[in-house]
Amino acid sequence: MEATVEKCRCDQNTELEKVIAQHEGEKDDLGQIKPGGNGVVDASSDNELIKQQLESIIDEYRGKPSGLIQVLTKAQNLIGYLPAWVQTRVAKGLGVSLPEVYGVVTFYSYFSLIPKGRHKVAICSGTACYVKGSKTILKTLRHVLGIKTGQTTPDSRFNLEVVRCIGACGLAPAMIVDGKDVYGRLEPEQIPGILEQYA
Amino acid sequence: MRCYRAHVLVCAGSACVTLGCHPVKEAILEGIKRHRLEEEIKVVETGCMGFCEQGPLIVVYPEGVMYCRVQAEDAAVIVSEHLLKGRVVERLLYRDTDTNKPIPFMKDQPSLSKQIKVAMRNAGFINPEDIEEYIANEGYFALAKVLSGMSPEAVINEIKDSGLRGRGGAGFLTGSKWEFTNKAQGAQKYVVCNGDEGVPGVFMDRSILEGDPHSVIEAMAIAGYAIGADQGYVYVRAEYPLAVEKLRHAINQAREYGFLGYNILGTGFSFELNIRVGAGAFVCGEETALLASIEGRRGTPKPRPPFPANKGLWGAPTLINNVETLASIPPIILKGSDWYASMGTEKSKGTKVFALTGRIKRPGLIEVPMGMPLREIIYDIGGGVLNNKKLKAVLAGGPVGGFIPADYLDVSMDYESVAELGTLIGSGSLSVIDEDTCVVDLVKFFMEFSCEESCGKCTPCREGLKRMLEILTRVTEGKGQERDIEDLERLSDFIKNTALCGLGQAAPSPVLSMLRYFRPEFEAHIRDKHCPASVCAALLDSPCQSA
Ligand SMILES: Cc1cc2nc3c(=O)[nH]c(=O)nc-3n(C[C@H](O)[C@H](O)[C@H](O)COP(=O)(O)O)c2cc1C
Ligand code: FES
Repeated sequence: MEATVEKCRCDQNTELEKVIAQHEGEKDDLGQIKPGGNGVVDASSDNELIKQQLESIIDEYRGKPSGLIQVLTKAQNLIGYLPAWVQTRVAKGLGVSLPEVYGVVTFYSYFSLIPKGRHKVAICSGTACYVKGSKTILKTLRHVLGIKTGQTTPDSRFNLEVVRCIGACGLAPAMIVDGKDVYGRLEPEQIPGILEQYA
Repeated sequence: MRCYRAHVLVCAGSACVTLGCHPVKEAILEGIKRHRLEEEIKVVETGCMGFCEQGPLIVVYPEGVMYCRVQAEDAAVIVSEHLLKGRVVERLLYRDTDTNKPIPFMKDQPSLSKQIKVAMRNAGFINPEDIEEYIANEGYFALAKVLSGMSPEAVINEIKDSGLRGRGGAGFLTGSKWEFTNKAQGAQKYVVCNGDEGVPGVFMDRSILEGDPHSVIEAMAIAGYAIGADQGYVYVRAEYPLAVEKLRHAINQAREYGFLGYNILGTGFSFELNIRVGAGAFVCGEETALLASIEGRRGTPKPRPPFPANKGLWGAPTLINNVETLASIPPIILKGSDWYASMGTEKSKGTKVFALTGRIKRPGLIEVPMGMPLREIIYDIGGGVLNNKKLKAVLAGGPVGGFIPADYLDVSMDYESVAELGTLIGSGSLSVIDEDTCVVDLVKFFMEFSCEESCGKCTPCREGLKRMLEILTRVTEGKGQERDIEDLERLSDFIKNTALCGLGQAAPSPVLSMLRYFRPEFEAHIRDKHCPASVCAALLDSPCQSA
């Protein structure tokens, strides 16, 4: 028994672009549009420099659909999230349909359709951390930042996330900031001090 | 090669990096310079030594003295006392958790005495960035042996005879898998290393990739020769950037030294290796989903058969093995299948790496012969329960596994015995929970994980797990009904039997395990609206605690 819907080729690209754009629009209203990610300020499609950089990322896999995840990862690292225009360009560049790109973007937790704060604070939701009290740490983070999980602070400084096990289980409970700075053996009292280091 | 009077090994596994091992290393180097010891003492960065909780760790050889929780300020003392005068710095030694006596030598660590390191033989002892250190420890000897005088069939037989079983979870006989892929028809074949390590609470694959990447590379080349593949992919999860970096470096070095690429060691065999970085989805650890992800698509599983051995990556026969499985291959080839098969039990041979986490005194990675009683692992190696609390259960297999309650601690840790208790060895996660943990709350947490990670392709998993979560949530909120137990059992049974992939099939296990061993606790939530462990906020008498 082979899976029948291997590749959906239905070309509803324009329709989908609308949907994606709407998705972004919603976030506009929440006043969270300022992109942050890795320090890029202007992620609009008329930023020529960004466009050029994106094209050179695409070049490595141009015409090769198998490079989709790698390209999206690099694109997100560049821009901080994956707005509709980026997805459209990636789709064209690699020769895959926009629905496929959108499908991949929404499937993997690493990708984001909305702009994030300048710093991503992520608490581990793994078993080891849970057993060692990650719940209390998360509660403290929510309290200190004044936001819920998945939200961004009004000043675009932080967004709070829950991530999968980061492999620091021996140091549980653990959290990771900006995808690289891991803090282990956490106590709630340490949280404000840690956050202070990120402007 | 220059001879040094002493070596200072600085653990640079992820945990120790987190805890600040790099400033410590810098400070030691500075101290060495100040005392003009550069010619006599070498400082080496290694992979994870397995004592993550005690980091940053430093081991000074030839004596093998281990210092823990070393800070940059301590470096000067280590240099001036130990390296210069040969006096051990007592205050930095590891202290026994019970007697508080210092234990100077690494080899005397209570947690090490019962371990046998095979897959983890090099992690923590060599510099993963230096291929020569790997070679000096018999690295690439197995590849040379295979290429210079063994037929693919002989290699496969050796692996088969060793009894090695897949360490990625399913425990399938590795040799048989190699044989199927070898026999499959196809001009192009692939070897894939599964480094997704999606189960939360385990980190042995990370440790191996970071601390000994060459062992995986060597094993993949051997596998390529055995099945007739000239290309391989290592799939590493996005959460492990350091592993990707070390691996990339190692692949380049291996290529330079002629262990990868065209015409390896002049034998006519060629093998190329690529890295693929995942993007965060537990289900991508499932083999068919992993292949879809390498191809750049959504990582949703496919029904098997066809198995990847016949139809895998881009439709070609593909061998998929886990990191730990692969890391065990070179020693088996070198020391022989008899040696490996002499460890373990009748059906579960060799050694297995476990990640000890949760409420335990000495968390970390350990490697022991299969069949060791769980009690020895928890008490002799792990040092027992934190704060001397009462052990409630050990969770095996993470969020898709089950409980081993305190009464069953003498179970032999092999695939069969653990399965009889309704749980699984899985990828080797062992989380200790004590009397303060509420199993209902924990199981609900696991169900949240499974719901979140369900890829949505098949209905039993997508919808069924959600219904189970609703029931569990209700129960923890004090709104449980008498028939909830029956409903959970019925749903579990149904999902287990009808879900498309291993995720859905295993996801109800924690619930069933809870109903099997902790039914009174669950019933208390429903009938008495009482949480015996005082965790479930809605069921507490005093609402202030964790509301
Ligand atoms: C939901 C799910 C997740 C899995 N995750 C992993 C994983 O993270 N790492 C892994 O090696 N195997 C994982 N597996 C098992 C793989 O499908 C496969 O059996 C394994 O990689 C084969 O290698 P082995 O024979 O060496 O164990 C997973 C299976 C399922 C069903
Ligand atoms: S469970 Fe939190 S780092 Fe692994």
